[in-house]
Amino acid sequence: MTLPPLRRPRPADLTATFAGFPLPAGLDIPPYRRRELVLLVFAGLLATGALAALMLAHDGKLTFQIATYGLGFFALWGVAHLAVRWFAPAADPLLLPLTAALNGIGLVMIYRIDLARSDAQRKAGEDVTVGAAQTQLVWTLLAIIVFVLVLAVMRDHTTLTRYTYTAGLAGIVLLLLPVVPGIGATINGARLWLRVGPFSFQPSEVSKILLAIFFAGYLGRMRDVISVASPTVLGLKLPRPRDLGPVVVAWAASLGVLIVEKDLGSSLLLFAMFLVILYTATEQVSWVLVGLGLFCGGAMLAYQLFDHVQVRVDGWLHAFQGTNPTSTSYQLVQGLYGFAAGGVLGTGIGQGNPTKVPFSNTDFIMASLGEELGLTGVMAILVMYMLIVMRGLRAAVAARDPFGKLLATGLSATIAFQVFVQVGGVMRLIPLTGLTLPFMSYGGSSIVANAAIIAILLRISDTTTRDKREKADPAPLFDPGAVAGAETQVVVKAT
Amino acid sequence: MNRPIRKVTVVCVVLFAALLINANWVQVGQQRSLKQQPTNSREIAARLDRERGAIVTDPTRTTLASSTPVDDEFKYLRQYADGRLYAPVTGYFTLYSATGLERSQNPFLNGDDDRLLASKVTGLFSNDDRRGGTVAITIDPRVQQAAAEALGTRKGAVVALDPRTGAILAMMSTPSYDPNDLAGHDLETVQKNYSTLEADPAKPLLNRAIQETYPPGSTFKIITAAAALSSGDWDPNSEIPAPDKLPLPQSTVELPNFGGERCGNGRTDTLIHALTISCNTAFAQLGMDLGDDKLRDQAEAFGFGSTIDDFELPQATSRFPGDLDQAQTAQSAIGQYDVRVTPLQMAQVVAAIANGGRMMKPYLVQELSGPDLKRIAYTEPEELGQPISAQVASDLTTMMESVVRSGTGRKAQINGVSVAGKTGTAEHGANEPPHAWFVGFAPADNPTIAIAVVVEDGGGESGTGGSIAAPIAQRVMQTALDVRG
Repeated sequence: MTLPPLRRPRPADLTATFAGFPLPAGLDIPPYRRRELVLLVFAGLLATGALAALMLAHDGKLTFQIATYGLGFFALWGVAHLAVRWFAPAADPLLLPLTAALNGIGLVMIYRIDLARSDAQRKAGEDVTVGAAQTQLVWTLLAIIVFVLVLAVMRDHTTLTRYTYTAGLAGIVLLLLPVVPGIGATINGARLWLRVGPFSFQPSEVSKILLAIFFAGYLGRMRDVISVASPTVLGLKLPRPRDLGPVVVAWAASLGVLIVEKDLGSSLLLFAMFLVILYTATEQVSWVLVGLGLFCGGAMLAYQLFDHVQVRVDGWLHAFQGTNPTSTSYQLVQGLYGFAAGGVLGTGIGQGNPTKVPFSNTDFIMASLGEELGLTGVMAILVMYMLIVMRGLRAAVAARDPFGKLLATGLSATIAFQVFVQVGGVMRLIPLTGLTLPFMSYGGSSIVANAAIIAILLRISDTTTRDKREKADPAPLFDPGAVAGAETQVVVKAT
Repeated sequence: MNRPIRKVTVVCVVLFAALLINANWVQVGQQRSLKQQPTNSREIAARLDRERGAIVTDPTRTTLASSTPVDDEFKYLRQYADGRLYAPVTGYFTLYSATGLERSQNPFLNGDDDRLLASKVTGLFSNDDRRGGTVAITIDPRVQQAAAEALGTRKGAVVALDPRTGAILAMMSTPSYDPNDLAGHDLETVQKNYSTLEADPAKPLLNRAIQETYPPGSTFKIITAAAALSSGDWDPNSEIPAPDKLPLPQSTVELPNFGGERCGNGRTDTLIHALTISCNTAFAQLGMDLGDDKLRDQAEAFGFGSTIDDFELPQATSRFPGDLDQAQTAQSAIGQYDVRVTPLQMAQVVAAIANGGRMMKPYLVQELSGPDLKRIAYTEPEELGQPISAQVASDLTTMMESVVRSGTGRKAQINGVSVAGKTGTAEHGANEPPHAWFVGFAPADNPTIAIAVVVEDGGGESGTGGSIAAPIAQRVMQTALDVRG
């Protein structure tokens, strides 16, 4: 299966080669997938290297096990790679390896925290509990299964528009579920978990995707109507209530539920996603301003109404004052001490004290990484996230249908916001809110949901490229005008 | 729709840029201040996992504080060989805090000081196990021991310094405490011990030599005399008014002499004799004649109203009050009213007189050396100023010699050595026994030690500076002259 690349075809793109020689049929890999595979090997080496460093630090020696783990990890993501090759051969080659690399580093760090905990338990003569890394590995496997299923089942992302309202309803129901007695569980003060057997699940992660589908589907369809039919009040184009009604209801309901569930982070995230999709659909800056105004008002109200919001803000503003370092800002301050201990190059993996920070493998995994990998590691990880977001937005720009554009933009921006709110909170740039770090934090719902997001982005990117090929195909291969014409699509801007 | 997507892209880039800048700010910009936060248990663990440098005495190379490897939660235990004797100087080093030299020299002792680095550039990038350097201090253990023994169980302080250099030879404050009680690794025990010390009404954690101020009483007469001699209107043999009782202006109070004694002939006395017998009325009148501004100027020239820059230990500020009326000036001239001094300040005053009028900067740290014993820094004596002329210093020395030879300070006499000094018996509160003071130096012709002694409440006995403090000073000076030659 050979596919032309995005740029103007060159002979080398048409035939897979090895060292300049054409490869026999069957061994050839589409160039994008070849790049993906090479990068995936790189991600595998990165994770295996991190694990080797940890083992050296912890045991002082390397065993053959390291090869098993390394190959296992590679095989796991290799399955995802094969799925992309099979189901989305023209998709973006960077997204999957970046995801795998972040997941690998996260897994090693979770395992590293496990080692520290079991060492402490052994020292105290207690029973050693099952590590989080094993559970996380199971979740990663599940995430890859979901990833493959999304790619396999959803052959064209536009089919999702059929489920616009279903997705909206399901998103809200999922958000509501934890409030239902019996299946809901309160963990760390926030009631946003479902407990099924040994696994707890955070449905807000999934409803994030469902609501993105709903916002993108609805606004993609209604954008022209909304923009054109909007009355102008005081120089601001305001939407007619009946046009924006369903969106506002969905948004308000999700926000309200999240406030009830005391999950500030998800509430902020959903709101940002809504604003991004709304702005992208309508290109009305004024509505963003209205949205930001609403947000500020809501934030003030939340600050007045809820103790836990006040505590968070106080712990952020006055982290080191009075008794705060030992009470309300304890986790934040401990995390900052971790970052400071790491400095530029970090203590080296397995050689710091990340367990001094509460939630060192979930919400505060960035502090653990900052301590042991240093500023260098933190910046590398942030850049990897930025690359994922940029590739997602690139797919959005390239996408041809409004729904694909809006969905890719919404999902990519959501990853950016989630990383910003998460890392910014842990590093005291903004008040701390409870969010997980995508692909890295210990926690199943997060990795499964984010793997699905990556699958959707890959699907959008693949569909776009294939559309292009289908349109470009009839043109003669070396007719520059035809190829160039295929790349320039005039998108009619709503006025 | 691509235009808004590009704008969203810009927003995302801005968000990541903010995170990247913030990461640099936290991990590099704020790194030092975060590491120095008192609640940073990570650093506490790190400092107990590192071999902390020793504090030794420079004259005898006696180890005062050292880190010994232990096998518990942390790698090293801070130990103090003769804790109580040196606690006022070394301070303590607990899991969470430090005082004294342990605090002020902490960066050097724990190895963070950049001077301990082979290269500053590699230092930024490495988290190598650093070792602390050794701090050698000017304290002479034999003099310190003599000071502690002489003070005994009384509350008080002794500061002895070399007037030629400012090197502090002894700094004792009693009651003291054992810093080993606070250096343990069991947090609960440490906290319990600390609470006990903190709650003790005798304030063992207080370094009385520098952190507490006392009314100087008659020892302040040296400064009044210095101001008078410096004015040029008086010399040691000037006859000054010395009534039996001095009526204070703007009040009905009459200032008596100590014990109602008579100075000279009951009307006048020479300046030297007035100092020798510590005549209150003579000096109160002299103070009024000089005026409070001259007294204050002289006191501030000796260091009142300010602290010593870069001194290794926290100091209280000695003060001469402002805006005085005649009666207050009279009382201040004899070291009462609101005049307050630290023992170190009084030691500096007599050291300046001993050193021909040039006041040297007191210091404790003589030498810093690396773990490899290589010298990194050495303190050279530094002149703080010249509060009095050489002539005035010489006159004051003669007068103070007279005090010890035939006046109130006779108990400070040393066989074969001429000692200069001044006693003080400072009233402070109606029902409390007075504080007993002695300040002085020896040998008077070529001084090698200057000393200030204060015994709070006269040690509980009703005595004078001459009977209680002078013998302490005598013993410490004798020891210093014996061991230091």
